[in-house]
Amino acid sequence: MNRMELQKRIFAYSAVIPVVLIFAFLRVIPIFQNFLYSFFNSTVVDPMQEFIRLENYQELLKDNLFLLSLKNTTLFALFVTVFSVGLALLVAVLLATRTKLGGLFETLYFLPVITPMVPVAVVWKWIYDPTYGLLNYFLSLFGIKPLGWLVYPDLAIWAIIIMSVWKVIGYNMIIFLVGIRDIPDSYLEAATIDGGNKFQVFRFIILPLLKPILLFVTIISTINAYNVFTQVFIMTSGPQGAPGNAVRTLVFDIYENAFRYFKTGYAAAEAVVLFLIVLLLTLIQLRTGGKEK
Amino acid sequence: MIRKIFFPALKYLILSMGAFIMVLPFLWMASTAVKPPSEVLSWPPEFLPRHVTLENFRTVFATAPFVRFFFNSVAMATLCTFSVLLTSALAGYVFAKFRFPGRTALFILVLATAMVPFETYMIPLYISMVKLELVNTFIGLLAPYLIMSYGIFFMRQNVLASIPDEIIDASRIDGASEWSIFFKVIFPMLKGSVGALSIFAFMQTWAAFIWPLIITSSRELWTMELGLGMFQYRFTVDLGPINAGSMLSIFPVLLVFLLMRRHIIKGITLTGLKG
Repeated sequence: MNRMELQKRIFAYSAVIPVVLIFAFLRVIPIFQNFLYSFFNSTVVDPMQEFIRLENYQELLKDNLFLLSLKNTTLFALFVTVFSVGLALLVAVLLATRTKLGGLFETLYFLPVITPMVPVAVVWKWIYDPTYGLLNYFLSLFGIKPLGWLVYPDLAIWAIIIMSVWKVIGYNMIIFLVGIRDIPDSYLEAATIDGGNKFQVFRFIILPLLKPILLFVTIISTINAYNVFTQVFIMTSGPQGAPGNAVRTLVFDIYENAFRYFKTGYAAAEAVVLFLIVLLLTLIQLRTGGKEK
Repeated sequence: MIRKIFFPALKYLILSMGAFIMVLPFLWMASTAVKPPSEVLSWPPEFLPRHVTLENFRTVFATAPFVRFFFNSVAMATLCTFSVLLTSALAGYVFAKFRFPGRTALFILVLATAMVPFETYMIPLYISMVKLELVNTFIGLLAPYLIMSYGIFFMRQNVLASIPDEIIDASRIDGASEWSIFFKVIFPMLKGSVGALSIFAFMQTWAAFIWPLIITSSRELWTMELGLGMFQYRFTVDLGPINAGSMLSIFPVLLVFLLMRRHIIKGITLTGLKG
């Protein structure tokens, strides 16, 4: 190895090693520790107090709050994904041709994506207000009686779903727009010359070519939806938890068990469940995404 | 003829209705923020305030240390952005242009962690902070945001796409050291992607919620988001001030977005970054 090669090697290691060490400390080690702690009866001060094998996991299966959280989160993820992907696809198709007005629409649809969650959750909470809320006012115009949007558990999850769809549509839309605009014009022209109408062009040209992106967006939306926390925390609970605790989600349950009841190992086991769900979704994305290419 | 008019009209009708729903919460927030208390709780709701007042903003600053929250957020987001930029550009450049034993393994390690949600390992991270006595400190608050897996991936892609080997070799022949090549040649050439990444890192840190919530206990360390979240519990009925606080929290992000819309959208679409 000559001198220049040696210098290159020294630089590469001295640049990468500190970064990798920070990574190890802030990401890699905690990810593994979380698995480890889930097999222990633990406290914050002593995370490995007593090795209890799978007891935390056995507890989880009997824990109604956990099962409720899992059910709520799955329902939430399912509906947020279906609605936000479907509506975003519709908007993207309508905005596919670049126009001045289209650029304005893009910006407006994208606005909720870039805004932080807390202020928008605050204003949606106000919109959902049972007595003076804007939503109940609009509904009253159609003769619908006022509803306690964030109060009734059955309704509260839908209120959170609607708000979350609103928040992420713009993100999905942007990704779809890139995909649709990448389709060569000649494909679309050829289809139109062959006598295809707009719907047929969408169904037989755009949709099949968009499939890998559609899958990507669906998986990303589902993963993000499984991590829902902030809007639930702001809109349906108080700092003391209960009584307004209408929608319990997985991360909320993890947060409460770990940081309010200090059942660290137990909460770590819940986090492992979340990890496995995300892992499964990622693997689906990698496998089918790989096949497409 | 009907087709030519009807379909575009329908299209813009759908788009406009959608856009109205997208914007309405922001307008409602702004309107509530400048209404006097007597107008806030009115039925039917009034869309425009009859009297515009800044009283609510005064109340926000008087009842909670929002100036403090604001500067905490600014300091946290700025420091983390610099850290993410430096570590991402440096590691991205090395992963793209240097060959050394362990390179692939380390890169895969970095990339694999990108898929893992923060919520799944925040408990052990919190415990590490307890051991290092960093709970309720500024360093503890910003630690998780000092690096970004996607950032490294993003910068690596950009180095591969936009920096030819010849430029690096030419600088070496001129006798420049590896570090000065990075800072004086490479970093300036990555201006565009550095811009996109910095906006993204800033916004992500600004919006952080669950970590500030668990790691801080004293108000002095609260960020804008956390402060607002706690403030709205305590003053549930004071909707004017709450919405005024929301406006303050949204304003910097909105400003950056409107000024640099192209960069942001480019950054997001290139890497599939989460918003």
